[in-house]
Amino acid sequence: HYHHGTQSTIIQESELQKFYSRLVKLLQGKELGHETIDSLQRLHLILSATKYTRTLPPELQKKVQSLLSSPKEHFQVLSSAVLRETLPLSGQEGNYNQENISQLNSHAAVLLLSQAGSRADLSSLCAQLLRSLESRQSEVPAHSLTHTLPILNTILTLSPECLTDDHVTLLNKKLVDWLRYASITQGGGASSGGFFTGPRSRQPVPTAELDGAVSGDFFTVLCVGQGFTEDQWMNVYSFSMLRHWLLTYHSVLSGNGTADTDDRSEVDGSVVSIVSATSSSGRLLPPKERLREKSFQYCLRLIEQSDRKAHRKTDTDLQKACLVEAVCILDCVCEEDASLVFRAFPCIKALFGRLSSDLSFARVLLPIAQFYLNHGEMAAVDCESVWKLVFGRFPAELFNDHFLAHELLRFLRLNLKSLQHRVPQYTRSFPNLLKFLAWDSPAVVDDFVDLLPSLVTAGTAVELLHTLLDLPCLSATLVLQVRSTCLPISEPGGRGLQSPDAYRNPSFRGLFLFLLRGDAGSGDTIDRLSTLHELLAETADWPRVVQCAQTVPLLLHIFFNTVITGADEKLLSHLILVMLERSSLLLNIPEYNKEIQRVFSSHLLRFCKLHPSLVVDQSHELLEFAGATANVYSKEGIYTHVVWVLGEYLSVSCDSRCSVRLITSCFEALEAVLFEITSSVPPPGADCPAPRVVTTLMSALAKLASRSHDLIPRVSLFLSKLRTLTRGGSVAWCSDEEDLVAIVTRGEELWSLLKAPGVAQSVLTPPPHVTTPQWHRDTNVAMPLRLRALTSLTHSQ
Amino acid sequence: MVRCFLIHTVCSVSALGAGESRLLYSRLFGPDEGIFSDRERGLNPEERRLVQKERIAVVARQVRSAVSLSREASARVLVETVPGEEALALQEADSGVVRLRAGDPFSEEMSALWLGVQSLGFTLVCEPHENLLLAEGTLRNLTRHCLEHLHMLGQGSEVLLRSNRVDALLSRLLPHGQLLFLNHRFAQALEKEVAAYMAK
Repeated sequence: HYHHGTQSTIIQESELQKFYSRLVKLLQGKELGHETIDSLQRLHLILSATKYTRTLPPELQKKVQSLLSSPKEHFQVLSSAVLRETLPLSGQEGNYNQENISQLNSHAAVLLLSQAGSRADLSSLCAQLLRSLESRQSEVPAHSLTHTLPILNTILTLSPECLTDDHVTLLNKKLVDWLRYASITQGGGASSGGFFTGPRSRQPVPTAELDGAVSGDFFTVLCVGQGFTEDQWMNVYSFSMLRHWLLTYHSVLSGNGTADTDDRSEVDGSVVSIVSATSSSGRLLPPKERLREKSFQYCLRLIEQSDRKAHRKTDTDLQKACLVEAVCILDCVCEEDASLVFRAFPCIKALFGRLSSDLSFARVLLPIAQFYLNHGEMAAVDCESVWKLVFGRFPAELFNDHFLAHELLRFLRLNLKSLQHRVPQYTRSFPNLLKFLAWDSPAVVDDFVDLLPSLVTAGTAVELLHTLLDLPCLSATLVLQVRSTCLPISEPGGRGLQSPDAYRNPSFRGLFLFLLRGDAGSGDTIDRLSTLHELLAETADWPRVVQCAQTVPLLLHIFFNTVITGADEKLLSHLILVMLERSSLLLNIPEYNKEIQRVFSSHLLRFCKLHPSLVVDQSHELLEFAGATANVYSKEGIYTHVVWVLGEYLSVSCDSRCSVRLITSCFEALEAVLFEITSSVPPPGADCPAPRVVTTLMSALAKLASRSHDLIPRVSLFLSKLRTLTRGGSVAWCSDEEDLVAIVTRGEELWSLLKAPGVAQSVLTPPPHVTTPQWHRDTNVAMPLRLRALTSLTHSQ
Repeated sequence: MVRCFLIHTVCSVSALGAGESRLLYSRLFGPDEGIFSDRERGLNPEERRLVQKERIAVVARQVRSAVSLSREASARVLVETVPGEEALALQEADSGVVRLRAGDPFSEEMSALWLGVQSLGFTLVCEPHENLLLAEGTLRNLTRHCLEHLHMLGQGSEVLLRSNRVDALLSRLLPHGQLLFLNHRFAQALEKEVAAYMAK
């Protein structure tokens, strides 16, 4: 279907040389026509498809190079493209000091940029470009002037130091001229793009606004005319790079700029105008401040112009983009000069009022929110309604707008500290924010990896855990919500699906409304979760739901890692209970249950290791869980770990409240389960219990017995019985012979260990100083360390 | 600043491995960011070119993955359009944006905006602070022109042999990666120049 690039790499070297010679001949001809263009294009394809950079024969290279200044644009384009794929001839690497750089066409400039090897190269290029700007326009071919700004802008992106202070001042002045003082009459109607005024002199016609009205103020990108003058083009190019320019050279925080206004006034030698409360003519301000003032005015004008009803959709779209840009630039200049805030806010506030009820302007409202966040406090403006939108309506109603999601989440990431300080509802808004994730997990999971830690608070952690576990349900619900708004109720395609009906059924409304809630705080979860899961059972293979389910384990890890730092035991206990409860209460997606259990298991271990007394605290619930034989079969993963923590941490050395009675009741519960699973066939539909469960139970029983020696005979009896029973060969509860051998071996080890209770205790319940080495604090270990230290001090050379 | 513009495949092509994307057009803007990084400063031009190609390949792969996940989730049925139906193809196109983390593959975080027209992806990689509304509009416009001038909807696409046309288009609508605020009049003027170029 598509031309295979690989075809050309199979070209033989000899073929290639022939091609080169043919091309050289073509280029030597007087008239360069279609064949030459096609051949050059073919050459480009060959060169770009190969992995290793080729060198062209010098003669061909020189010929191609000369095409860079051809009057026919096709040759400029192709020669630039070809040369970008080859190595420059030695000695000719990027002539950045050419006299005629100002005559450079755009395509030759592309080549120069791509060949730049150092900051010095780029600095030279900048210097040359600015020299051409300074010279009078009539001396310079018109087109090259417009490309100066884009080229400078691209260099600035990577290396602002390429411009000297003088250059910056010059550009500040030029930008002011182009932005504020461009011609307000229409250019000649020449069809070539308006650089030249028409041959017939006309009565100057003023430019128009997008709604047809005559322009009453200075020229901006939202003004139209039949043709445009050169300075009007420069107005467009200037505005297009203005924000970046201001951010690079005017920002208070930029590396180049000084952060202190006092410093700046000293350097400039001029008085920095701090009070510009009145709209000054700007004539007396230094260039930098002048540009700031003119940018301010330009933005205000754009905001006014964006209220006009444009005749074409592309212009309406442009108005939106201009609003975004204008608000961003205002934000930028207000950062520089705080007094501008008082002039800007009325306008921003009015804009907000105008747009806030129209969701199609959501992406414009985000920069406005940024403005409020940065300057609202200073202006003592109430930001409530802004946050209601950002954390309320936007996620709730626009969760399926990819671009809004991307920008809103980026806004949160960039302003996290500020938001946590100043917007209390941020941490409560996770039910809403997670809607972005539930809808389009792959696209935004990265953002939530960054944001989730900030959403974990002691007060809402439990609710957040439940919400994360039910994200796939939220995903399904959002799909149903979208479908129900798109499709009529009696849509035939909906027949056969239970879930849309359930969604519309009033008796289940509460369930879905809970999932769709906007704020945390009204309850950790609902009672009828199992009902909800049943209703949504058929959604378990919907792609969106599956994609969402795949991201939940990762988020859970982040959640638990965040919670564990600095959480109190009460919260951790509560979370353990949630883990136990939810391990069977999940939407039935293949592998989901297993993955969640895996996450739970690893964090249960971590919790208990850090706070062993949790086990005694929650012993009742843990025992209830461990004593239910059904859990062996349905929740093998987490069951094993619960048994393990019981065995490991239910001891006096971990928590002094651990009584003999507690140990005994735990023992009895586990013993009963072990008896049951090793004496009968697994229940119908279940696999044999995993060998790991059996051995963990045995080890736990042994550990408990080593702490309360009365229990030892019971364990020993069981273990010896086990050995006898299994001598017969196979058993109903273990299908694999190797597994059975492993289990029996473990049983034998424990049995022999328990024959010497004292030893068993040391091994199975080691005292803390064995498991947590204390190094120099340990009297036994300390002496050698001290001696060594003293020796090295007294023997120091 | 736009860092690059790509045209690549976004669904299975039999000659490629799963997940791979064939690059039909690529263009990096501006100087190579490698010359400012300590790691890449010492590279010679040939090595630099390889690194650039690798970067672009990474972007294409990530976008391809994002497109297929997005299409899977929305369970879209791809409507086959034929030459002449470019406007329809564009209307039916799905779109999205991929966050490219810092270092993967550009030294700073980037936003890759994509437009999926059937089996083709058109991708614009911008710095995230860029005006994404404007970028989105520019991407749509570029895609429309590419579809029209390069006959991309039919059999036997000519993209590979007409890269100079895309170069010329970019030099007007996205010069050196600069997004432009063009109202319909300015856009018309530039598009006239593009049409004149394409006609020759």
